[in-house]
Amino acid sequence: MCSSSPPSLARCTWRELTINLHAYLVLGAIVFTIGLFGVLTRRNAVGILLAIELMLNAVNINLVSFARFRADLAGIVFALFTIAITVAEVAVGLAIVIVIFRVRKTVEADHLDLLRG
Amino acid sequence: MTGEAVAFGVVAVVIVAASLAVVLTPNLFHAVIYLAVALVATGIVFLLLESPFLFGVQLLLYAGGVVTLAVFAIMLTERLVGERIAQTNRYIANGAIVCAAVLAAVLGFLAGGPGVPAPAATGDVTPAIGRALAGAFALPFELLGVLLLAALLGALHLARADD
Repeated sequence: MCSSSPPSLARCTWRELTINLHAYLVLGAIVFTIGLFGVLTRRNAVGILLAIELMLNAVNINLVSFARFRADLAGIVFALFTIAITVAEVAVGLAIVIVIFRVRKTVEADHLDLLRG
Repeated sequence: MTGEAVAFGVVAVVIVAASLAVVLTPNLFHAVIYLAVALVATGIVFLLLESPFLFGVQLLLYAGGVVTLAVFAIMLTERLVGERIAQTNRYIANGAIVCAAVLAAVLGFLAGGPGVPAPAATGDVTPAIGRALAGAFALPFELLGVLLLAALLGALHLARADD
């Protein structure tokens, strides 16, 4: 990593102490995987939505860390769009959950098998 | 610089612990609280990445809006049914295997990549974000407004009483 900028050895040792991009990406991967686990194992539709929030959140960590480390503003703007779209998705998703509850009297994913043949 | 490393370590541990609690706790109300903790901690990660504007957006929209909506949904679905909603997980072993495989694949991919050193801090990027939203990203920004309006009307239509 230090060979990329040979001029200053002092900044190189300074960088060794800082967090590099990998740390943020690993954090994002771990949070994404935890969210995936929640989506796969939760029985309640609201719980599944919460786990999806975790996965989207992990994606935001990746977007912002790439924006910071590549000094590119597009990542931050994209994270802004992701956050807004996520909020819209949650509003509609929870409304759908409430409608499902009104119709089926349950929000358990296992019981929502109307389309099963 | 080591201060940043320490702060990142603490925040990362908080995020991972809170995320695990979100997917594992039996009580959905507690899950929402832990989700709020994880989202606020993620906002602090945005602060560490020098995006204070995103930190504010994260607090307002995620930790404020999403958590409030989820609490309302849980109260509505739990109150009406008269009994606690199902709280246990299923297929834990299968889910753990799939997730471990995904995590191993992603980490293996990351391990092969080159380390990227942090560029020098550019200061507050909020004005630049504003210019980008009004300039290069103006069309997606407007479309976002349309999407939010559609989501608002759609959620209202779906959730209103049938009468």
